[in-house]
Amino acid sequence: MSISLEAGMSQAPGAYAGDRTVFARRMLLVLTVVLILTAMFSIASGATNASAVSVAWALISGRDDLISAVERVVILDIRMPRTLLGMLIGAALAVSGATMQGLFRNPLADPGIVGVSAGASLGAVTFIVLGAGALAPVAAFLGMYHIPFAAFVGGLLFTMALYRISTRNGRTSVATMLLAGIALGAMAGAFTGLLVFWADDEQLRDLTFWGLGSVAGATWLKVLAVAPVIIPILVFSPFMARGLNAMTLGEATARHLGINVQLFKRVAIVMVASGTGACVAVSGGIGFIGIVVPHLLRLLMGPDHRFLLPACALLGAVMLLFADAIARQIVAPAELPIGIVTAAIGAPFFLWILLRRRGLMDI
Amino acid sequence: MSCLNPVKFRVFTRRSALLAGFGCAVIAATPLTFDAAVAKEARAQRVLAIGGAVTEIVYALGEQDRLVGRDSTSTFPPEATALPDVGYIRALSPEGVLSVKPDLVLARENNGPREAVEVLKSTGVRWVDVPDDFTLEGIDENITIVARELDVVEKGEALKAKVAADIAKTREHLASVDRKLRVMFVLALTDGKINTSGTNTAASHIIELAGAENAISGFEGYKQISNEAVIDAAPDVILMMNGRGATADHAAMNALIEAHPALSTTPAVKNGRIIRMDGLLMLGFGPRTGEAITQLAKALYGDEH
Repeated sequence: MSISLEAGMSQAPGAYAGDRTVFARRMLLVLTVVLILTAMFSIASGATNASAVSVAWALISGRDDLISAVERVVILDIRMPRTLLGMLIGAALAVSGATMQGLFRNPLADPGIVGVSAGASLGAVTFIVLGAGALAPVAAFLGMYHIPFAAFVGGLLFTMALYRISTRNGRTSVATMLLAGIALGAMAGAFTGLLVFWADDEQLRDLTFWGLGSVAGATWLKVLAVAPVIIPILVFSPFMARGLNAMTLGEATARHLGINVQLFKRVAIVMVASGTGACVAVSGGIGFIGIVVPHLLRLLMGPDHRFLLPACALLGAVMLLFADAIARQIVAPAELPIGIVTAAIGAPFFLWILLRRRGLMDI
Repeated sequence: MSCLNPVKFRVFTRRSALLAGFGCAVIAATPLTFDAAVAKEARAQRVLAIGGAVTEIVYALGEQDRLVGRDSTSTFPPEATALPDVGYIRALSPEGVLSVKPDLVLARENNGPREAVEVLKSTGVRWVDVPDDFTLEGIDENITIVARELDVVEKGEALKAKVAADIAKTREHLASVDRKLRVMFVLALTDGKINTSGTNTAASHIIELAGAENAISGFEGYKQISNEAVIDAAPDVILMMNGRGATADHAAMNALIEAHPALSTTPAVKNGRIIRMDGLLMLGFGPRTGEAITQLAKALYGDEH
């Protein structure tokens, strides 16, 4: 161990066996290019035949008469915010997933493990069902975005509760957090179930659609609401990489390596909770990205978080845009909830990778 | 700078602000009035109907040739299903709606999500909300709105008169009913569990309009009900929708009902009074509501009234 480490340090990267640094760098480059192409495709394609090129030309040349009002709205107010929102959400979900799996040293950890999803869906369901009844004054005060707001607040409150429960004498127990998360999730499930029982038929349909997630309701306001939360997280995440790498060796070892484990946990949990909370709030429950993307990349380029986290952000954004492009075109002019697409495409692909690389699965 | 009198300066800014405000108001108002004038003159030729009852009204008015799309709840008349489907009424996709290039959207009021609808309204496509009301007055109001928007007011009046006549005829017959039957609407019987209608639903309203009484009044909306509550309610008649798919075999379904521990004790099952009707006809509260009431009343009380 120490010999190979010294050898690695004295020579150029890639010189020792099993080093995937060069491959990982190339991968990041490829993913960046793929993301740019996917984003362009996402803006250029849709149910209407509005042309992104002619709208761009009209804007550049300042000749508004070249395009119709509908074309303008389709490109600038429907597809652009939708593409940006999709990129932000995909990136945030994948990075949150990778962070949680690293922190909990558990391959099954997803962003929902810190209670965000359960809390967010309880918040959202509460307002979908009671928003027109008992909570009508609150809903009216918050305006048309009361459901995203309730989801975000619900997610944060749940995470705070979970953190409190699992922290004793200034030390957060990861195992307690996992188990308490299950208990809190069951509690939220019971309340949600009760609200579902009270719901009428229309509300039930709303609940179903909310649970499957969608970025169809993307507006600039939603983009502007989540960007200040998600972008700092994405920018900051590479600085978590060393800590996460140390944590894979176990908490005690990480502490001996000079990591302030308690502070690190707190920062990671706050990051994931607010990032995932923002995603769930604006797009409902989009599952699977937080699990598939990090594992896929770990299998391809190894578990080094310095490359894994940025790659997750890129591939997460690509996957979400790709799934959304399918969701809105396969049954056009109607559209599928995106959660169906991410699971229907992501799951078999993930299985295929697992079967091909069987035995290498070890985070 | 020193020559600028602060008082004068303030007056100047106030005046210019007023002027600017007035200018903005004029500019803002001009295109609005212009648009309205254009909309009045040009008849909408590409109409998107969202909501089953709205689509039915457009067909009943004979204006179906102007329809370019529908939502997934619009399934009557059957030829409507050939139109492009823009999805579920509460999960509309802005671009999907725009892709059928409508110049008029007639949407039942429970449409959504609101963000999507806001974006659609900002495109300048005329968007008209049709109230969501399961009453006879609601049907009249809906026909008035749809006919006005399609610029066929006379046809609308004729349709309203026809619907009113249908209803009046049946109600006249019903005046002689001395004992109201107690009807239980069974939405679904899955795995022995009964899903039924409480108060304030389309099913409850149609039962009352047909001169009967909803046997279940303890809750609002459609809910699963316990076996004991069914025995306690003791309905005279069980009302169901025509089955589809697995429930299409009515004889087999009746056998299940007769074998059901709670349902089998009710007067309805003992006297073999299970009534089935087409779901959209019975619960749609569209222009066929008169027909629905007549059909249900006939099934309940026979021809003698």
